[in-house]
Amino acid sequence: MDALAGVRIIDFSWAMAGPYATELLSFMGAEVIRVESMTQLDVTRTQPHPITKLPFDPDQAYYFMDANLNKLGIRLNLSQPRAVALAKKLVEVSDVVVESFRPGVMTRLGLSYEVLREVKPDIVMLSTSAAGASGPESQYAGYAPLFSAVAGLGELTGYPDGAPTEMRMTVDTLNAFANALAILAALNYRRRTGQGQYIDASSEEGVACVIGDSLMDFAMNGRVQSRVGNRDEAMAPHNCYPCLGEDRWVSIAVATDEEWRALCQAMGRPELAEDERFCDAYVRWQNQEELDRLIEEWTRNYTPYEVMHRLQAVGVAAVPSFDGQDMFSDPHLNERQAFQIIEHPVIGSCVVLSPPWQLSATPARITRHAPLLGEHNSYVFGGLLGLSAAEIARLEAEGVLW
Amino acid sequence: MPDKALSSVRVLEYCHLVAGPYCSKLLADLGAEVVKIEQPGVADPARRRGPFLNDMPHPERSGLFLYLNTNKLGVTLNLADQRGKNIFLKLVEAVDILIEDQRPGFWSGLGLGYEQLRQINTRLVMTSITPFGQTGPYRDFKCYPLNLFHAGGEGYLTPGWGGYEPDRPPLRAGRYVGDYESGLSAAVAALGAFYWQQATGQGQHVDVSQQQSLMALNPGEIRYYPNLGAVASRATRTLSFGGILPCKDGYVELSIYEEHQWQALLKLMGEPEWAKQDKFKDRLSRSQNNAELNLLLAEWMKQHTKEELYHSGQALGVPIAPYNNTREVVASSQLSHRAFFVEIEHPETAKTRYPSAPYKFSRTPWRAERPAPLLGQHNEEIYGQRLGFSRQEIARLRQAGVI
Repeated sequence: MDALAGVRIIDFSWAMAGPYATELLSFMGAEVIRVESMTQLDVTRTQPHPITKLPFDPDQAYYFMDANLNKLGIRLNLSQPRAVALAKKLVEVSDVVVESFRPGVMTRLGLSYEVLREVKPDIVMLSTSAAGASGPESQYAGYAPLFSAVAGLGELTGYPDGAPTEMRMTVDTLNAFANALAILAALNYRRRTGQGQYIDASSEEGVACVIGDSLMDFAMNGRVQSRVGNRDEAMAPHNCYPCLGEDRWVSIAVATDEEWRALCQAMGRPELAEDERFCDAYVRWQNQEELDRLIEEWTRNYTPYEVMHRLQAVGVAAVPSFDGQDMFSDPHLNERQAFQIIEHPVIGSCVVLSPPWQLSATPARITRHAPLLGEHNSYVFGGLLGLSAAEIARLEAEGVLW
Repeated sequence: MPDKALSSVRVLEYCHLVAGPYCSKLLADLGAEVVKIEQPGVADPARRRGPFLNDMPHPERSGLFLYLNTNKLGVTLNLADQRGKNIFLKLVEAVDILIEDQRPGFWSGLGLGYEQLRQINTRLVMTSITPFGQTGPYRDFKCYPLNLFHAGGEGYLTPGWGGYEPDRPPLRAGRYVGDYESGLSAAVAALGAFYWQQATGQGQHVDVSQQQSLMALNPGEIRYYPNLGAVASRATRTLSFGGILPCKDGYVELSIYEEHQWQALLKLMGEPEWAKQDKFKDRLSRSQNNAELNLLLAEWMKQHTKEELYHSGQALGVPIAPYNNTREVVASSQLSHRAFFVEIEHPETAKTRYPSAPYKFSRTPWRAERPAPLLGQHNEEIYGQRLGFSRQEIARLRQAGVI
């Protein structure tokens, strides 16, 4: 059983913020039809191989897999009027429309919300863009590194003595979660009232929401916070410490005197617990650089996992700064089946991440690989819209389903 | 009064700090009725974390708490007391969603595990948010927000793209970003399960691993190892050119992917002679000579402010943007055009500007119905009007430390 059984989404979006939102909903059983076109391939189809940097066949593209699992894939060249007419037919049999063109493009294509609600009065439509559909900067270029800088997160991330930090994937996918939530809220409203609606989502605002407490500090106190690395306003020690091996690190955070004493014991330095430089939270915070040096002397002798197990055993929060190899081999993540293997017709076996939640009655799941370009033209245009095989072939040949 | 997207949805929250409260705040902001339970005398520790108004610690003046608890009702309840448990069961009976973030085993230890709660409310969607989920060897591990961010994989990769310095530690993003993100992930799962509850009348238990929620923000680089035989790191996040560049009053971000964007940049810079050299003729050569190129770009950028570069650059089609600080975010004309910041009045802080939400609904607009609750502010409303306790009973429960 699937939580979102019976929900059909027609997905005109690209890159991550839109496609990953609909993938999240597909994990819970929504049927997602991803619209693509050979005239302008998704950027995740055209990115080169992440390691060799060699160009890929678009059907083998690496990052496309991450945001398009479970989906049906069709080709539709929206610069053709007949394609636009078919898009409307698809909307007619769908519950949700998602798009991520620059604001105004859907209107130019003849696929604005006002048009689509004529076709399907209770449609839920979400537009996701860098700065939202309105306002003086709505037409600005807005890749992830740009909108996360504008929204203030880049400035708050980095070494205290260094530059701000560029963000990419995670700020797009963060917005994908927000977009999925908005769609679910609108679907619930539609179930209760029979009414659809239009949702205008801004990625810049999505990022600003996750620095809400820092924005409150400015609003309440006029304070402009800056970069603090791994440090906390009250806790110390509170940092990442180097471990045995190359570029290996463990995060350790101590909130109470009890945890501090346990850490000192575990390091074989019980006298530090009483040391006047470190005996309470206030002086520990004051002397945290010295504290970091002492802890680092100890952590350097162990792997991140050894530090985690020794410290967690005595109630101290220590977790490695996990890399991808750690995670794939990790006993905890393996017990939770955080990774799974799927079969892809061109790539073969492929490891992907499982959905991040476990639902007891309606398990979130991955049922199929990300679609090949136009893989489901027949199923969607034939099965759903009733076009004959000959019509489909003709529309493909004429560049409409292209 | 316009309708709200989730009006009629009833939520009970028993959470602390950021992730759980943010999850239920998202639902409250969309119109759900959220009753937040705090332990008498202990309360949500977010009340003891800054930023405080005028930097004076006070449980009703924490900006962190105020932001995370807008639009909620607040009650106090002691679950260690049998009368408290009975009241909790009465509350559970009438809700759709319970959001909780206690360590695994806490609820079954009290005799209030999902199996027991479903006996009294089969429609209950119990959403559990914990660092490592309800199962697995790390489920009981201690994990503060710093540890959580590094558990999720993005810490190891931060800072990259020009920020990487060998021998310096990996970093978390922002302050509580990992907790906000995993709270958002939990809200998606809770609302998905609620959709099914509305279709079938059946609730369920939703187990949200915060670690896996953070991993889900960057599946591509995390799965390099099994698929590509490589491990992503801060060092593998190499920059072509551009990226973070110093300017007159801070830093800007320059993200050029297309030739026409490079041409637009040259136009912005007034077609400098140096740019005509062979070593900058195409994307590949610019990338190969990125260190030299970035120095030249920075030299030009340093003569201009963030705002100048942003607006005159974007007008020409240059993908450039300022690294804004919080003052500049609050002053943004884009955000004020969209009314992203809203003034909310609270008895202890007067009017303050809060961030609202990143989505605008055409039929059910975002509204601040009420500020974050004072500790136990809605005890009379919930226990009296809702559950039918008399004023005397409520007074006795308060004296006994139950509420």
